[in-house]
Amino acid sequence: MTELDRLAMYRQMVRIRQYEARIMQEYHADKSPAWDIGAGLIPGEMHLSAGQEPAAVGVCAHLKKGDAITAPHRPHHFALAHGVDMNKMTAEIYGRETGLCRGKGGHMHLFDPDNHFSCSGIIAQGLPVACGQALAFQRKGTDNVAVAVAGEGAANQGAFHESLNLAAVWNLPVIFVIEDNDWAISVPRSASTAGVSNADRASGYGIPGVRVEDNDVEAMFEAAGAAIDRARAGEGPSLIEIHTLRLWGHFEGDAQAYRSELETVNERDPIPKYAASLQELGDLTDDQIADIQAEADAEVDAAIEFAKSSPEPTAEDALLHVFA
Amino acid sequence: MSTTTESRRVTTAKAMAEGIGQEMQRDPNVFVMGEDVGAYGGIFGSTTDLFGEFGPDRVIDTPISETGFIGAGIGAAVEGLRPVVELMFVDFYGVCMDQISNHMAKIHYESGGNVKVPMVLMSATGGGYSDAAQHSQCLWGTFAHLPGMKVVVPSNPYDAKGLMISAIRDDNPVMYLFHKGGQGLVWMEKNPRSIGEVPEEPYTVPIGKAAVAKEGTDVTIVTLSLSVQHSLDVAEQLEGEGISVEVVDLRSLVPLDTETVLESVGKTGRVLVVDEDYKSFGLTGEIAAVIAENDPGMLKKPFSRLAVPDVPIPYARPLEYGVLPTREKITAAVKDLMA
Repeated sequence: MTELDRLAMYRQMVRIRQYEARIMQEYHADKSPAWDIGAGLIPGEMHLSAGQEPAAVGVCAHLKKGDAITAPHRPHHFALAHGVDMNKMTAEIYGRETGLCRGKGGHMHLFDPDNHFSCSGIIAQGLPVACGQALAFQRKGTDNVAVAVAGEGAANQGAFHESLNLAAVWNLPVIFVIEDNDWAISVPRSASTAGVSNADRASGYGIPGVRVEDNDVEAMFEAAGAAIDRARAGEGPSLIEIHTLRLWGHFEGDAQAYRSELETVNERDPIPKYAASLQELGDLTDDQIADIQAEADAEVDAAIEFAKSSPEPTAEDALLHVFA
Repeated sequence: MSTTTESRRVTTAKAMAEGIGQEMQRDPNVFVMGEDVGAYGGIFGSTTDLFGEFGPDRVIDTPISETGFIGAGIGAAVEGLRPVVELMFVDFYGVCMDQISNHMAKIHYESGGNVKVPMVLMSATGGGYSDAAQHSQCLWGTFAHLPGMKVVVPSNPYDAKGLMISAIRDDNPVMYLFHKGGQGLVWMEKNPRSIGEVPEEPYTVPIGKAAVAKEGTDVTIVTLSLSVQHSLDVAEQLEGEGISVEVVDLRSLVPLDTETVLESVGKTGRVLVVDEDYKSFGLTGEIAAVIAENDPGMLKKPFSRLAVPDVPIPYARPLEYGVLPTREKITAAVKDLMA
């Protein structure tokens, strides 16, 4: 890992965080005083990924053109880290005609075929689809890989286990990334999951499993690099579980009264921690921190402006695109 | 449809498999996967001889893992391949419906038309051989109700091959639902109509176009799948009794060819819908709605329907045949319309 890799990862994490922070602000801006989930310029559920940036950034640093990702209901960090166009993604979240999906998908259903990126609001159900993308890459003889992302709560779904088995039996170039943020909405991992680590579950299917502790982006980078190299070389699937952090609620509007460790959340924020460690190494100056933040602010503001100034679809458009 | 010369008589199962095989020869992106589709040739013969011709790389036996392999079919289709995936019995939809309904059928729409899912999901339907409640359903109305997938229901060998080729070439997900009793299997009682003339050359039958399987002037039977065979038997028999029955074979539920239905009902003024699926909230009610929305006055007699009377398919023969749309029940229903 070079200084450039570290800076690039820091920059990407800041960019994602700024995005999520501004979306949160915008999301709540027109939902008061009587908070209504369906009101405002961004209606519907909103699952933000703040705190989970290391998972996406560590993996996507190794991805190249043609590699696929299936993300779950909390997809923004993986989308942005994988190169999905921020303007089109934001316009989609605002339900605009210029959005990735012309306003038909929304924040849980972002599809960007140019980047082989998709997500599903049904947890763990993106994993079989990623296996199929990996199967296609294998059949076409490319060295592309597919990354399937799910939370630790999703790892109790049948689709998780079916996918691990299928990928192992067919030696598919797929990397399963489990984001363990301790909480399946309000249910703690201890109440949902037998066993300490989903990495151990991987061994049940005869594939490598690694657990990355401490939401450590560099450890994630190393683990993902090894798994992706392995998949590209035709050596089959791997699983990486990262112990990450849900900095905010499950969805916006979640008061998190169930969350006993809430008061220590901000101390565990991975971005200031990473900045401090880079500064200690001498890889990051105060000026650079300010520049990187300013760059992210400008990019995100421009994307939000693009979205807000884009036209809305019409009611008639709802009847289009059922069939090709 | 191509012009063709050579015909032979083959079973529906063989015709389906031949259609798949010819598409595999034409397009290297086409491959087959499912449970026991390889050396076994599909439990109901849908992949007969394909394994021998194309080998395990293109005719892939899967684990018993329908969510896994149907999802994998979707992923492969999204990446430009053209998988033909088999769900062994349609009754198994319960273990994989999320992939079918929430993914296969919705991705194109959710993506605003940017992602295509050119995939065929074929599955065996129907009862009549005492396989009871979890292995005898039709369920085509359930899939047809959910937007985003075409639903094809062939009734004979010729259509089975032509519709399969059309389904594989279609850029949309297509549920291809064949009836076990119409496959022409040696190990199940079959109607002679399950073996028929099929050209050797590849040809297509358009999806969304019903066929008038037999012309008539007194009564229209609107039906599909194996019930077409039964209805044709009834129509031929009633011809001798002076009742002229027109049989409309829908061939697909999505899209539904309402034009052919309305044209026939407009001509006869009497309609019976025969459906081996459950009665309520399904195809029979849908056809009634199509007629009512168009012109309820076109009926000389009240709308009539024959379907499984909203019970699970029972096991014992007298029970099962008590609820299936048999020739006897179709005959009685037609006679009622003529009374």
